[in-house]
Amino acid sequence: MTAIDPTAHLTAEQIEELGRELDAIRDEVIAGRGEKDAAYIRKVISAQRKLELVSRGVLLFSIFPPAWLLGTAGLSVAKIMDNMEIGHNILHGQWDWMRDPKIHSTTWEWDHVSPSEQWKHSHNELHHTYTNVIGKDNDLGYGIMRVDEDQKWHPFHLGQPLWNFINACFFEYGIAAYDLELGKNLNKRRRKNPEFRARAKAVGRKIRKQVLKDYVIHPLLSGPSFLPTLGATFTANLVRNLWTHSVIMCGHFPEGVQVFERRSIKGETRGQWYLRQMMGSANISGSKAMHFMTGNLSHQIEHHLFPDLPSNRYAEVAVKVRALFEKYELEYVTGPLPKQVFSAWHKVFRLSLPNKKPKVKTPDREQELVAA
Amino acid sequence: MTSTALRSRAWKLLEMVTTPLLPSDYLDLVGPLRAGADLRGRIEAVHPETGDAATIVIRPGRGWRGHTAGQYVRIGVDVDGVRLWRAYSITSPTNRPDGRVTITVKAIEDGKVSNHLVRRAKPGTLIQLDQPAGDFVLPQAKPAKVLYLTAGSGITPVMGMLRDIEFDDVVMVHCAPQPQDVIFRNELHDLVADKKLRLTEVHTDTDGMLDIARLDELVPDWAERETWACGPAGLLDAAEEHWTEHGVQERLHTERFRPSIVVAGDGGEVTFSATGKTVDADGATPLLDIGEEAGVLMPSGCRMGICFGCVTPLKAGAVRDLRTGEITEAEPGVLIQTCVSAAAGPCDIER
Ligand code: FES
Repeated sequence: MTAIDPTAHLTAEQIEELGRELDAIRDEVIAGRGEKDAAYIRKVISAQRKLELVSRGVLLFSIFPPAWLLGTAGLSVAKIMDNMEIGHNILHGQWDWMRDPKIHSTTWEWDHVSPSEQWKHSHNELHHTYTNVIGKDNDLGYGIMRVDEDQKWHPFHLGQPLWNFINACFFEYGIAAYDLELGKNLNKRRRKNPEFRARAKAVGRKIRKQVLKDYVIHPLLSGPSFLPTLGATFTANLVRNLWTHSVIMCGHFPEGVQVFERRSIKGETRGQWYLRQMMGSANISGSKAMHFMTGNLSHQIEHHLFPDLPSNRYAEVAVKVRALFEKYELEYVTGPLPKQVFSAWHKVFRLSLPNKKPKVKTPDREQELVAA
Repeated sequence: MTSTALRSRAWKLLEMVTTPLLPSDYLDLVGPLRAGADLRGRIEAVHPETGDAATIVIRPGRGWRGHTAGQYVRIGVDVDGVRLWRAYSITSPTNRPDGRVTITVKAIEDGKVSNHLVRRAKPGTLIQLDQPAGDFVLPQAKPAKVLYLTAGSGITPVMGMLRDIEFDDVVMVHCAPQPQDVIFRNELHDLVADKKLRLTEVHTDTDGMLDIARLDELVPDWAERETWACGPAGLLDAAEEHWTEHGVQERLHTERFRPSIVVAGDGGEVTFSATGKTVDADGATPLLDIGEEAGVLMPSGCRMGICFGCVTPLKAGAVRDLRTGEITEAEPGVLIQTCVSAAAGPCDIER
């Protein structure tokens, strides 16, 4: 719905050919999946657990400032690892092929207030199937923000920079509310729906456990360090929330990323689906450490094309995917983290204000294909 | 409060400390073989037996309950990163002083696990274990005369018996292609030298397959002996027939390896075992569609293989991944994505 459709130069055949080339990349990785990949995820999980143990241990003495600093930093990193490289990717089924029931999308639970089961539905199923389709993909603005010129402006949107900031600080709660589709489910009739109530209960249970652990049990274990430990856990959760929120914003919000209309995905072919993922996602460039700390979501484009490939393979896949972008003359949206974060926030601010309706409307891809 | 109640209280408290993980997730980092852990074992050594067989020495976790001679154990081994489960007879005696157990594995053609164990397994590797099982065992009361009738790797459970208990009168007839293929040959010959065993080796490459009628000549009193037989199906079928014909079938105990071999085809009869429905499926329609059409409640999501919202246990048979053509065979714990899998022969889906 941007003024000019950046894929307009592609014919229907080209799009299907592109799909086949992407399938070939996928098949190659799957055929080569093996021992090394399994060792990788095991190593990451074990490192995360050790880091968390040590950090929590250090925080028992957080009454001493250096211990507080060290423990807080360690716990923040451990929580980020748990959510990003481990939790997000395991829940995508990226490691199901190992047949290890302990590292499996059906059994994994993460350090997050949204229960895995619910998150898998809203994220894996809705967001990944309907990526960037307005009205179908709630990740677009999380239902509280206006993220595209074509969306109707409302005075409520004036506050969206603030909503976005608050959401960033309490991101895990935002996600839990979002997985529950709270906005839509809070009206009287839906609130009573037993299925919704069961899900809300599950979230309540998870929140209780998480809060009890972070803000009661561990501080209590610290005895005289009660308050510093409480502060440390709060800080670690805040750091994790701000970090994941930033990374996630970089995935679909930076300038240059396309959004789509509901009717444009009717009868979508595999090639068209791939193309939408390519145009609807953005990457973050940077070092190996950066890719690791983002859970390889810095390779958001590759992740959206192949959500079930092991995350440690995205870097090698990215080289091939990027070549395809060049071959088909498409823009590969990427940039360093600060630039992408700025770009996303810029959009949030810009669209908090009303804009003129764009003059040139993109023709529907469907109609276009019929014409082609 | 009793001590168990106290312990379970403490454990609950510990669970609160480690939520959403479990205390065992952390304890496994340091003590994967400790009491109370999921049963595992550590490979301590791999000793070659013949060109294609090796004995694996395993130190079982503290939860190991011990075995009876002749039993097998299911082990889960990671081969190329994928956990695969197989059953192997235990070849060590029940009273081994160091508490280790051994299995002896013969690499079979295209056998993923057997080849891995014989040729690539490294000491130090953790494997998953089940408790030992199987009723191919010796009776409480000692029989006066015993016959062991074995072929190939069928000797393995019998070796566990031979090493465990001495009988006064034991005869063994063992078949293998050539002398160098006889697993445990040196040990067997030592037993013969010590007069603890009478052994007949049948070398099938030169002597041909064992004709069961030849038993009269090899072991004239075979019908009086309590017999344990283990080997390929052909041998066991013949033995069962022979023993029944002579009306002494209650003296024969058999153990069959690899009872079912899945033949992957194109389409087949799909059973939804939880619902009790059976329908015919072609090799191109996703099982998700097949199930829904049959009125089975199938979980689903994206319907295109990306969300993993449709994973379901495959209880039996084989399925083909419609995207890659890859075949997945049923094994305990195997889950498939029904939206991108089609029947590759008859299969059973737990829905
Ligand atoms: S329904 Fe989404 S993977 Fe099968």
